[in-house]
Amino acid sequence: MDTIKLRFHHGFGPKAPAPTPGFRLDVNLTLPATGISAIFGPSGSGKSTLLRCIAGLLRADTGYLSVNGQLWQSEGHWCPTHRRPLGYVFQEASLLPHLSAGGNLEYAVKRAPSGQSRAVYQHAVGLMGIGALLDRMPDQLSGGERQRVAIARAILIQPELLLMDEPLAALDDTRKREILPYLERLREELDIPVLYVSHSADEVARLADHLVVMENGKAVAQGPLMDVLSRIDFPVRLGDDAGTVTTVRVVSRDSHWHLVKASFRGGEFWLRDSGDEPGAAIRVRILARDVSLTRSLHEDTSILNRFEATVTQIVPDDDEAMVMVQLTVGSLLLLARITRRSRAHLALAPGQTVWAQIKSVAIVR
Amino acid sequence: MGLSGPDLAAIGLTLQLATVVTVVLLIIGTPLAWWLATTRSVLKGPVAALVSLPLVLPPTVLGFYLLIAMGPQGWIGQFTQAIGLGTLPFTFGGLVVASVLYSMPFVVQPIQNAMEAIGTRPLEVAATLRAGPLDRFFSVVLPLARPGFLTATVLGFAHTVGEFGVVLMIGGNIPGATRVVSVQMYDHVEALDYAGAHQLAVIMVLFSFVTLVALYRFQSRRGVSGLKYGG
Repeated sequence: MDTIKLRFHHGFGPKAPAPTPGFRLDVNLTLPATGISAIFGPSGSGKSTLLRCIAGLLRADTGYLSVNGQLWQSEGHWCPTHRRPLGYVFQEASLLPHLSAGGNLEYAVKRAPSGQSRAVYQHAVGLMGIGALLDRMPDQLSGGERQRVAIARAILIQPELLLMDEPLAALDDTRKREILPYLERLREELDIPVLYVSHSADEVARLADHLVVMENGKAVAQGPLMDVLSRIDFPVRLGDDAGTVTTVRVVSRDSHWHLVKASFRGGEFWLRDSGDEPGAAIRVRILARDVSLTRSLHEDTSILNRFEATVTQIVPDDDEAMVMVQLTVGSLLLLARITRRSRAHLALAPGQTVWAQIKSVAIVR
Repeated sequence: MGLSGPDLAAIGLTLQLATVVTVVLLIIGTPLAWWLATTRSVLKGPVAALVSLPLVLPPTVLGFYLLIAMGPQGWIGQFTQAIGLGTLPFTFGGLVVASVLYSMPFVVQPIQNAMEAIGTRPLEVAATLRAGPLDRFFSVVLPLARPGFLTATVLGFAHTVGEFGVVLMIGGNIPGATRVVSVQMYDHVEALDYAGAHQLAVIMVLFSFVTLVALYRFQSRRGVSGLKYGG
């Protein structure tokens, strides 16, 4: 039952604002109704249009939507937005301007389906760290603060599905870094399925459990995040953002060098000490541009993480100078983005054993 | 200055008329403005034009047609007689009806502008917070359009105080019933009582000036791009 089934087909009329001219939305998906599902793609790919269809803010020409077995929309059945048990966080300032931050939260509390205790309210306020802001009007808040209030408001309406439309896109990098931890707490502390629209590979790598890739109004790939990201035919041209995400377990901390050792099936990494205790599961991201290949093991290198890897696939890159190489190290999938010249120089071919040097492993969670 | 009894009666009647007209206009103008602000109907243009006609028509034209329509042979007159109200011309009720039509654009347009300025986003936000259409109207549209309502109230009231042509056509000049300040002043002039006319004229000029100054100050303070007829 824990699934979101959706099917939307929508063409925009001559007057309606389509993301791009001639755009059509054609999506047919079944998503898990747990964790964070990211809807990822370049701007104009129809991510936001899809989210608006799910919310009922846009009435698709034909549509079907059921959430956890509840029918929200089908041919002949239409549930308007205000009757859908959802929360929605818009891209930019969406606080009601005539109400204070606290007034905006009360607006949701008053309309939530069942009364909630003060404790729930306090929890949402605490989770988003907005306790000191409640008396301020929206125009007295920074962009990041406004967005935290908007997220708390969306939680207080007690949604069965939380929709977030690029909640960080309108913010600068500093503000983004300020909000990301709050989004992670949201995922850890609340059991609400989230559909998260984003065009940022960083945010997706950090937050998502499940990934849907949109291009030209269609879902071109979907599945668990780690599987989709390590596909070499990844249909969205990520360029420098291409890379894999994997979960590893902290084995030990080396206080002398300020490093931690983390293991995956088939090997171990050295990472900069993140403060995680042994036993903790952490998510790491390895960008394809940070993986280099050698035919023999180099000991005299500054690079700590070196693995014997098997080449599984090699495909051309969008950039004519580059190729993308997919490798396996035990259970770990890696992508390496190297020049076509190096590939010829090393005479790389599928099935070969090479040494992969990983210049940096970013802990994303 | 010593205002005469008839002068004071005319001022009282004028204020009474303007108050009733403003209240009636806010009641019927608000849904009309909301409809105009949101509809995609082909009727939007014609209805908007109809509401705005008094801006360009000579008041005597409107008064003339109302006089005929509300008279014993007119369709409004037939109706009011049928329900036992008699005919409306030369009564206070007739003045109210005529003034409501005549001042309508001054009330509907500021409210409509303010409602259009809200945009769709706050309404979408409210819908995702479980607010139904009526709830959204009262909890989002009305509070956000408040500056428009203030402008509408002031302009509707002031414009009704200042009308003359329609009143003369429809109400005539009956003391205590239809003789408002503008007509009373006209009488003074007809009687060559320039001093009496002056007193009322000065009061009208001051009232209008102070009202508009207060309104424009409010608009610029709130950053409202309200309506500035003649302003």
